[in-house]
Amino acid sequence: MLGRIWQGRRIPLAWLLLTRQPVRLAVALAGIAFAGILMFMQLGFRDGLFDASVTIHRLFDTDLVLISPRSSSSVSMAGFPRRRLVQAMADPDVEGVTPVHWNLLLWRNPDTKATRSILTLGFEPADPLFTDPSLAPKAKLLQDRGRVLFDELSRPEFGPVAEWFRGGRTVESEINGKKVRVAGLVGLGTSFGADGNLLTSQETYLQLLPNTPPGSIEVGLIRLRAGADADAVVERLKRDLPDDVSVLTKAGFIAFEQNYWRSSTSIGFIFTLGAAMGFVVGCVIVYQILYSDVSDHLPEYATLMAMGYRLPTLLGVVAREGMLLAVFGYLPAYAAGQALYLLVRNATQLPVSMNLTRALTVFIMILVMCMGSATLAMRRLGDADPAEIF
Amino acid sequence: MAAMVRLEGLRHSFGSGVNRRQVLQDISLCVDPGEVVLLTGPSGCGKTTLLTLIGALRQVQEGSVQVFGEELKGASRVARLKLRRRIGMIIQGHNLLRCLTAEQNVQMGADLLQGLSYRARRDRSREWLRAVGLSDHLGKLPHDLSGGQKQRVSIARALAARPQLLLADEPTASLDSRTGREVVELLKGLAKDQGCGVLMVTHDPRILDVADRLVQMEDGQLSNGAFAIE
Repeated sequence: MLGRIWQGRRIPLAWLLLTRQPVRLAVALAGIAFAGILMFMQLGFRDGLFDASVTIHRLFDTDLVLISPRSSSSVSMAGFPRRRLVQAMADPDVEGVTPVHWNLLLWRNPDTKATRSILTLGFEPADPLFTDPSLAPKAKLLQDRGRVLFDELSRPEFGPVAEWFRGGRTVESEINGKKVRVAGLVGLGTSFGADGNLLTSQETYLQLLPNTPPGSIEVGLIRLRAGADADAVVERLKRDLPDDVSVLTKAGFIAFEQNYWRSSTSIGFIFTLGAAMGFVVGCVIVYQILYSDVSDHLPEYATLMAMGYRLPTLLGVVAREGMLLAVFGYLPAYAAGQALYLLVRNATQLPVSMNLTRALTVFIMILVMCMGSATLAMRRLGDADPAEIF
Repeated sequence: MAAMVRLEGLRHSFGSGVNRRQVLQDISLCVDPGEVVLLTGPSGCGKTTLLTLIGALRQVQEGSVQVFGEELKGASRVARLKLRRRIGMIIQGHNLLRCLTAEQNVQMGADLLQGLSYRARRDRSREWLRAVGLSDHLGKLPHDLSGGQKQRVSIARALAARPQLLLADEPTASLDSRTGREVVELLKGLAKDQGCGVLMVTHDPRILDVADRLVQMEDGQLSNGAFAIE
């Protein structure tokens, strides 16, 4: 079978048309690769920024999350009655819960004395909070009043806390005008809404924010029994709990945050527009190349038609040219995309990396770009009149 | 034997209204299998239009054109296309594909044959290039060939598709007298051995003697009917 197909092959006209005009081919590939790189960068930045908005969200050791429906994002979390979390415990599939206080507080840089907002989470040190097991022993240190765990990945504007602490110094500073001492370091990472993070006990938290309504928390973590159907529990809790809480899965909690940055800011729009521009530029270049290619060879195409080649065969030649251009333009774009992602990661700490979805998306965009342009260029073939060849 | 080409009362005109120009007027002509017919006449007398009509490249307006017994007047696109595969056309402008070597150009003709393996089609192409004296130039691009060599590649391409009827427009125009002679002998041999019909437009007085019949055309008409030269 394969042998027969191989024996039935024809002169690879599309391939030869492209490769025997190396300059034109190089220009076309450069144009397509450029468009591809542009799309990779813009989409990479966009996804990277969205990823960066949920650095903390991903860390939580939880299956379901309760938040207030009035919360719009990590930078404006509203409180809800802690009682709801206790009520959720009544569900047979719920194994454990962790109430979490969540707010942006003013941290004073111990070196320069300047203040800056830092995301502060208050929790019961004995409760599980993050999936990372190294937190539990450190959390014990929070049992003393006025102790905090400082995120060493916080931006440097918060002061040389990590260096001082590792250097054996006692690091003390103020939050909302109240004195705290750094009891340890954790590695969490910055996100869109928070330049730095701080963990503290519930007791300390309430001292720092004495105006917090009693019994009010911002986030409730719910861990389920192994094998429980998370979606079913979400449905039950939604039905049983009053509507002063929203019940989300962990993925839903992450999506909630990302959706805020996607829809309430112009980030998504800007980068998607950037990618669209890359697409359009690529279309124009490929169309130009294919159109002039068909135009230049019009008498030759007319001759082929006079010889008895069918129009669909010739359309197929142009289509194959488009396909080849897409594949060979994509490869350098992919390689350059990988290299640029590495560059961006090193320069900005943004979690920008190649993933299969984006690799496929860009390939499909390039394919659509090339095939669309090829289809438009094919119309020129209609001008090939075999009667004009003599 | 049935005629390969039979024209009856063929008329053709270009343009419309005041600009209408009659290029062919009441043409009747036959080409039999194995017959070499030469068509001569001043330029602009309609010879090329006649070739395009017989070659099924143009719609027939008035009169009858039968090729291989099939009526071309009112024939569909597909029918005309199928017919074209059985007709070899040798064009003055040769129109070789610039991105293909001489051998690949000829194989574009051979590729039209159904049911032959790649190797068989390639060998066929090489054979025909050898027959027109270009076996040393198989891998050359048209760019590197002289005008006469390109013309011969074009002839090989037409022959490689195993045509039953050959339409040639000035096939010897860019050839020197010796190669021109060889090419014409080749076409003649093809007509005699394989019963191929050949209709050739030419101004070349050196080759008139290969014709079984010489037809003169003037102002869209065959001036003195058809006469045989023996």
